[in-house]
This record gives sequence, C-alpha cells and structure tokens, in this order.
Amino acid sequence: MVNGVKPGITIKGTKDGLLFYLDDSRPFSDILSELRHKLEDDHAAKIWDGPEMNVLIKLGKRQITKLEEMALRELFASRKNLIIKHFESDGKPYLLEQESEIQMRVGTVRSGQIFSFEGNILFVGDINPGGVIRSTGDIYVLGALRGLAHAGSQGDQQAIIAASVLKPTQLRIADVISRPPDRWDESEVGMRFAYLVDHQIAVERLVHLSKIRSDKEWKGNR
Amino acid sequence: MSFSEGWDTMGESIVVTSGKGGVGKSTTSVNIGTALALCGKRVCLVDTDIGLRNLDVLMGLENRIIYDIIDVIEERCDLKKALIKDKRCNDLYLLAAAQTKDKSSITSNQLRRIIAELKDEFDYVVIDSPAGIELGFQIAAAGADQAIVVTTPENAAVRDADRVIGLLEKEKLPTPKLIINRIKSHLTKNGGMMDVDEVVAVLAIHLLGIVPDDEQVIRAGNLGEPIAFDNSPAGKAYRNIAKRIQGEMVPLLVLDREVSMFRRMKKWFGFA
Ligand SMILES: Nc1ncnc2c1ncn2[C@@H]1O[C@H](COP(=O)(O)OP(=O)(O)OP(=O)(O)O)[C@@H](O)[C@H]1O
Ligand SMILES: [Mg+2]
Repeated sequence: MVNGVKPGITIKGTKDGLLFYLDDSRPFSDILSELRHKLEDDHAAKIWDGPEMNVLIKLGKRQITKLEEMALRELFASRKNLIIKHFESDGKPYLLEQESEIQMRVGTVRSGQIFSFEGNILFVGDINPGGVIRSTGDIYVLGALRGLAHAGSQGDQQAIIAASVLKPTQLRIADVISRPPDRWDESEVGMRFAYLVDHQIAVERLVHLSKIRSDKEWKGNR
Repeated sequence: MSFSEGWDTMGESIVVTSGKGGVGKSTTSVNIGTALALCGKRVCLVDTDIGLRNLDVLMGLENRIIYDIIDVIEERCDLKKALIKDKRCNDLYLLAAAQTKDKSSITSNQLRRIIAELKDEFDYVVIDSPAGIELGFQIAAAGADQAIVVTTPENAAVRDADRVIGLLEKEKLPTPKLIINRIKSHLTKNGGMMDVDEVVAVLAIHLLGIVPDDEQVIRAGNLGEPIAFDNSPAGKAYRNIAKRIQGEMVPLLVLDREVSMFRRMKKWFGFA
C-alpha cells in the first residue's frame, strides 16, 4: 500500500477478533508509522469505529522490547474500541529478555527448598546449607550464600554468581560444577563472585567484576 | 483444675520440634511445661511420639499411666480421665503417648480436636513431637498455635532445624522460635560446633533461649525429676524460657553473654 510495496501490516478478521500481522522483515519504525497511518488516518479510520473488538498482534519471528510494546499500545489507545488481548512471536516469548534487567526477591532459602528463577536475580537474604538458588542468568546474593547456587542454568556460560558472603556448599555455572575448597580459598573474606574461565569456575573479589563485565563499568567523571 | 468451671480465655498450644532426633525435644517439653506450671500456669503436656513415649519417664509418671492418647482417640475413655496429674505440680498434667501403636494410629484432625479441647481448660498445651519431618511431625504440628524448634549447635542438627523451619513456615503457624540446647563452654567446644551467634545467623528466627550442656539434665531425666525444679544453670535456663514464653523480657544467661562478648571482641580485633 505504501509506495505500492507489499504492506507491512496485514489485518484479518476472525471470530476471536482482529489479527494484526506485523511483517518481521521490515524495520520496526516503518511498522509503527504504517500502523499510525492506518489507525489515525481519518479516511481509513472509519472502519475502526464500532463495537469493542479484541486485537491479537502477531509479530512473526520478531521479538520486541518493553518500550516497543508500549509504543504499539499507545497507537492502539487512539481507538478506544480496539483492545489488545495479546502479543505473539513464533515459538518464542514475544518480549526480548533484556540483559540489563535484574529482578529482586527477598527471603530465606532454607534447607530442602529450591528457589528457581528466569533471568538475572538479586536475592536479598540467605541461602542456607541444603537450600538451592537457580537461575538462567546471573545470581547476586545480598546476604550469605551457604547452600547451592546454579547460574546460567540453561547453559549461559557468561553467567556469574556473586554474594556478600560466598560460602557455598557447591557452585554451578552452566554445566560446570565446583565445590570448595577445590578451587577457592576458604580463608578469603569479603564479597566475591564466581565465573567461568576455560570451563572452570573461578572465584575473585568483587572489585574484579569489571574484567568480565566491562560493558557495565562505570569509569568515573573526567 | 476443673473441667466444668467456665474459663473463657483460650489457652495456647505450642509444639516442640527439631528435625534431627535426640537433640532434646522431650527434655525441653517437660522442662518448659514444668517451668510454666511453676509460674502458676495450668499446663498440659501431650506426648505425640507414639510408639516411643518418654515424657512419662522424664516426669517420673511411668507407673501411673492407665489410659493414653490412643485410648482417647479410640474412645475407650474420655480425655479428662486419660490425663495424669504430676507428682509435684498441681496444675501440670500429662497426656501420654501409646507405647504399643505406631504413628499412623492418629490423624491430624483427631489430634487437633484433642488439643482444642485441652486449650479450653489449660493455659498452655505443650506438644512433644517425634523426630523427623514425616507424618508424625506433621500431625504434631497440626494442632499447634506456636512452634518451638530445638537444635544443638552442631552443623547437622542446625541444618535439620532449618529444614523444619521451612516446613513450618508453609503451615499457617507464626514463625517458630528457637531454643539452642546443649551449649558447651567455649573451652570444651570441638570441631563441627557452631556459636550461638552463628546458629541464629543461619536460622534467622527469634531466639527463645539457650540451655547449657549439663550432666545434671541427663541425671534428672533418669530420675524423673525435671531439672526445671533445680537451681542449676540448666534449670534456670528453662525457667527463663518459660518467662519469655509468657512475654517477659529476660536476658540470656550471664555466662553465655560473657562468652559471646569475649568472642565479639576477638572478632573486632581480627583474630577470631
Ligand atoms: N542440656 C542438656 N545437657 C545434657 N544432656 C541433655 C541436655 N538436653 C538433653 N540431654 C540428653 O540428650 C538425650 C536426648 O534428649 P531427649 O530425649 O530430650 O531428645 P529428643 O529430641 O526428645 O529425642 P527423640 O528425637 O528421640 O525424641 C537425653 O539423654 C537427654 O538427657
Ligand atoms: Mg523425644
């Protein structure tokens, strides 16, 4: 439609509501402007006024960020009768997992308990001997890690485990398992973190985290 | 005690548990019960360690048992008749466990009903539970308003206590309170022992009291005369715990405070 090329947005009416197919081969900004045009243009907009209708948004192979989702929702908000029911990407969660995102939980993981999480987790509290904390991303413990921690549990070898008191019974990163005192010095105190080097778990003081997370480093004001 | 006189304030039921066996649940139950009775409270002890009863022995009431808790459940006698009055305290009673049955001969609901009935008549109902985290423990916990977790300062006992606390937190009970039993003076401590501070740091629940390791406790148990009558440090510890249960603020035993003060100072100077 725009400039005679294949439309970036295809709309289909079904008994569940309106299906919006957003072409995943076009830049997202193009999709947004085409959608704005479709929804706000008064000529085309006539079709939109009517009874309430559910909207299902199909993203194809594309995954979107929280911000992109908000931009889409804002556009649809101009049509009060169009209600977004859900977003969908082929075979994947529609939201991109944001690397920088970290979630917080508070509590105590006691002996015999397992706390499982997806993404990066800041756990405020202790993991006691016999307790397990497991996450697909990084694990940061603001408290004592005395039990078992498994970071990158789906295979992420970049994942790290950090704790105010790092005295675990066992550490796992991706598929590598380590236990003290094999690889780290018991006598060391202070905040430390564990990470993978050459398929082995290494433990260092937290100040050295910038070595493997240089993208996150704050370099100070000049 | 009289079952007929109308008391409208309901008593409180407290279950004593541990996870690991042999850490002093029964000793704690008997002495807390005795100490509460010595404070003028009306107390009933309930032994739920079916098949391994021993509260009666610790209280020296072995030869007075006629009916037990299973007789009540199977309606061979009513609850009032099954209660055994203590030798020394007027307001202390025992509902004995059956020695011949096993844990499966009682259900949570049956125990809950008995405890509810007892709470009408007593200020405190202290429930001694069997070791472990299986059926017996779950049944004992079912009838309780409060829980006390007993541990010794050993790694294995603390870990089991932690497991039990996790399970109790899933029940609708308030956070359990902690008693650390068999504390040895820092001179005789050996490997695998933790400090009071360390135990409290790991378990992260309120410390109700600490009880020193004392030969007299074993002797008192054998004689059937609870140490809580005694003026020994252990006896005093149990009486302090009873006061704290009633909401009084009582500092931890002086001896132990000095020990931990000393240790704290060492830590401060960086050689502990
Ligand atoms: N403070 C103490 N000092 C010395 N000995 C103690 C102390 N507390 C308990 N004991 C001893 O430890 C042993 C076990 O105590 P007790 O029977 O109370 O434990 P329990 O937890 O009820 O055991 P079970 O799990 O078998 O029911 C007994 O011989 C008792 O006398
Ligand atoms: Mg016992």
